[in-house]
Amino acid sequence: MTRLKADARHSVRFTLNGKPAEGEAEPRMLLSDFLRHQLGATGTHVGCEHGVCGACTVVVDGMLTRSCLTLAAQVDGCEIRTVEGLAPSADRLGVLQQVFRRNHALQCGFCTAGILMSLDHYLAKNPAPTEADIRDLLSGHLCRCTGYTPIIQAALVAAAELASATKETSDA
Amino acid sequence: MKPPAFDYLRAETVGDVLEGLAQQGGDARVLAGGQSLMAMLNMRLAKPKLLIDIMRLKELRQIERKGDAVVIGAGVRQADLLAWPDLAEALPLVSLALPWVGHVQTRSRGTICGSLAHADPSAEMPLALVALGGEVLLRSAKRRRRVAAKDFFAGMMLTARSDDELIEGISLPVVRGSRFAFREVARRHGDFAIVACAAMKTEAGVRFTVGGVADVPTARDWPRLEGSALDDALNGFAYELGARDDVHATARYRRDLVRMIGRDLIGEVLQ
Repeated sequence: MTRLKADARHSVRFTLNGKPAEGEAEPRMLLSDFLRHQLGATGTHVGCEHGVCGACTVVVDGMLTRSCLTLAAQVDGCEIRTVEGLAPSADRLGVLQQVFRRNHALQCGFCTAGILMSLDHYLAKNPAPTEADIRDLLSGHLCRCTGYTPIIQAALVAAAELASATKETSDA
Repeated sequence: MKPPAFDYLRAETVGDVLEGLAQQGGDARVLAGGQSLMAMLNMRLAKPKLLIDIMRLKELRQIERKGDAVVIGAGVRQADLLAWPDLAEALPLVSLALPWVGHVQTRSRGTICGSLAHADPSAEMPLALVALGGEVLLRSAKRRRRVAAKDFFAGMMLTARSDDELIEGISLPVVRGSRFAFREVARRHGDFAIVACAAMKTEAGVRFTVGGVADVPTARDWPRLEGSALDDALNGFAYELGARDDVHATARYRRDLVRMIGRDLIGEVLQ
């Protein structure tokens, strides 16, 4: 049993996009604030802070997670993926990100980090989604620019591109 | 907004949880998936002095068939239950209602029992528990007890749980040879229901359960009704639920939904 005192800061360690991360947090510190303020990982955005808008969505131990509804203390020892982990290197975008860019699937971009995390997680498990599937998934995100149509379009294009990229085309 | 200050206890045994609840009583809250409680904390509608995190307890994460019932532990996430291969066969009503609970992104963390503990009048899991006549399994350091669904929900966000009790799990009966239907109307799929309804064929006729209108999910058992007799029963029920106007819908709209959805669902299960 571990009891962390309210008025003290406690060490929190986890794996962030494959690399060890560490910082200090009071028990009441949200994961979203820990990522942004303690670790400087500002790719994760904070919108409503009560789980409705989806901007802060990250992946914790393979589960889509609202980081504003999660305490930093809860994820000690977990594996966390954020939008910073989607690009294969600093100067290249991942397939999903490229497709978003080509299809104008973002306007102001505030909601994008969360939507990318949801889609990345979903498409890895559901390689051939229907438009209805994507709409259902996106019901967990709010886009203030109301740009849902190109987002849905981009998601379907990304699914097709990712599927063809993994399909074997040669016996060589 | 940010949560107020609290101590955080990472429980390693059920004993840790019960001890924490016994010591801190009403100032302690159990943290499971956090999809309701964390929002309450962020908005400072809850100000506990101690949060007891139960999600590292493997013994609370079981879904078990026990005779003619399914027992779902406090740590079972909504996504876990949706992925349970026996769900559609054992608990068809739950398999219909569960996709309406929040979104993919919240079901992945939120627990079944957490939704019951929160007891939002428009939530789907309390509705399913009442419709099926399930039981809530409560445990404190001193005793264990089982509370029937209809006695568990005491009012809007109020339950029969005492301050020192953990909801250890729930027991849902496996109802054989029946038919079920579920429908919900919300502003956006996954938002709180304006009205949610479930119908279940019973030996005598039908049980119709409504959430989102009264302070607690409410069930009525009727004989096989048709035509104007059914319309009258639904109309009477719609008024008895005491619908109120709010920013999302008028009381009249809610009564309309109860009548219309009721006719459809009851027709569906009795056809």
